[in-house]
Amino acid sequence: MSAAALQPAEQAITQKIKVRNLDFFYGGFHALKNINLEIPAGRVTSFIGPSGCGKSTLLRTFNRMYALYPKQVAKGEILIDGEDILAPGQDLNRLRAKIGMVFQKPTPFPMSIHDNIAFGVRLYENLSSRDMDERVEWALRKAALWDEVKDKLKQSGNSLSGGQQQRLCIARGIAVKPEVLLLDEPASALDPISTGRIEELVHELKSDYTIVIVTHNMQQAARVSDYTAYMYLGEMIEFGVTDEVFIKPKKKETEDYITGRFG
Amino acid sequence: MSLYARRLFVNRCNLLVSLMAMLFGLFWLGWILLTLFDSGLKALSLDLFLQMTPPPGSAGGLLNAIAGSLFMAAAGTLIGTPVGIMAGIYLAEYGARGWLAPVTRFINDILLSAPSIVIGLFIYEIYVVHTRHFSAWAGTMALALIVIPVVVRTTENMLRLVPDSLREAAAALGAPQWKMITLVTVRAAKAGIITGILLAIARISGETAPLLFTALNNQFWSFNMNAPMANLPVVIFQFAMSPYENWQHLAWAGALLITMGVLVLNILARVFFRNRTPTY
Repeated sequence: MSAAALQPAEQAITQKIKVRNLDFFYGGFHALKNINLEIPAGRVTSFIGPSGCGKSTLLRTFNRMYALYPKQVAKGEILIDGEDILAPGQDLNRLRAKIGMVFQKPTPFPMSIHDNIAFGVRLYENLSSRDMDERVEWALRKAALWDEVKDKLKQSGNSLSGGQQQRLCIARGIAVKPEVLLLDEPASALDPISTGRIEELVHELKSDYTIVIVTHNMQQAARVSDYTAYMYLGEMIEFGVTDEVFIKPKKKETEDYITGRFG
Repeated sequence: MSLYARRLFVNRCNLLVSLMAMLFGLFWLGWILLTLFDSGLKALSLDLFLQMTPPPGSAGGLLNAIAGSLFMAAAGTLIGTPVGIMAGIYLAEYGARGWLAPVTRFINDILLSAPSIVIGLFIYEIYVVHTRHFSAWAGTMALALIVIPVVVRTTENMLRLVPDSLREAAAALGAPQWKMITLVTVRAAKAGIITGILLAIARISGETAPLLFTALNNQFWSFNMNAPMANLPVVIFQFAMSPYENWQHLAWAGALLITMGVLVLNILARVFFRNRTPTY
């Protein structure tokens, strides 16, 4: 398939992340095969596909999270604002500070709600305690959690419910003011109400951030995203405007998956 | 016999055998404790904590031995714990790549199961022989050598229980590894690590063999690190083997004190671990 086929239709939009000929290996296992993709800035892009298709793996290359593990290797190019993040000599910590990530399971740190948010901010900014309090409130408001926790900021992050913990993690991610937000099945461990909240949140956040969301749930992808990528067995099968991918997919495989004939 | 009846029968047999095994173990433990309390309580008095170890035939207490034991256990813990915690952190957090961590882990396991008398002999050979006298330093070193592998092992195990998702979450915010370790993973494993330290203290408070060749004993009140120092285990060893009745009583009292101390440490460790461990 040609790279041109993977271009989203709208032309006015700038591309935040450009993936060129990306291959990924877990030891001897070839998990991503020659991925080419351009993710538009200020939009929500979702990755869908059956389990094991490589959508989370692809997401985890954007902040090089895989580099924590010795046997995982990526080859190719990933340009973020034109800079190849796979090039040697990249400062991974600076890169990751620019790219927020929220995981499948909520991961509050073993500290207070306030400190959970302040943790990331303190790494790169030197704020007075008043400015920090303001930043914490700002992040919690953005994540629609402020009203529920404003009276217990000193309590442990572990004391919150699952849905609240996940919003705390989103607040923690946006508190450092990243440019890109990576969401790895952020709602799959949550009940429908919490899921709804997270989806609303994605809607509100997309004006400020480039958001990439991995999801198992096709309805969710259809609801929240502007662009959708369908992956299968480590290959990028189809990428385009969400409505087009869902209503008249170009590929037979995509159609089979979306209509539930497979997957 | 039907299959079901046979399964029921086998089940009952197994239950009976394991119950008897448990009772067998408990019986001896109970007997030991009973003897200890029976003989120890009789010898227990305020003088134990106020007077020095006496010469044969006269009255006295265990003050110098108690103080010496506490002192050397504290010093050994203070030296051994930081080394152990840092080595444990290395094994759990940095040891994924290369050969150093597996080798260290293997050697640590050997050290963990080494008979404590070997540790005592080792310090005797490398330190006592050269200084030409027994000393509290030597005793402290031997105890520290026993503390280290215990703390290394528990620290590593507790850090491994911290899910990788927490590490990824810290890394995703751009935290350098040392900040991730000190602010997130060690904090998450804190209760377990402290439990390990308490258990290490419990382990060394009853050790006789490593002190016999190192700190030896001292009849007098002494905090000179370069001189022999009194301690409960060696006093118990010496007094219990003696023909003098007042010494034997003191040995029982000392044994009871150590047992109670270790019991309290174990209970503390359990309570602490249960109350402070977050669930993931």
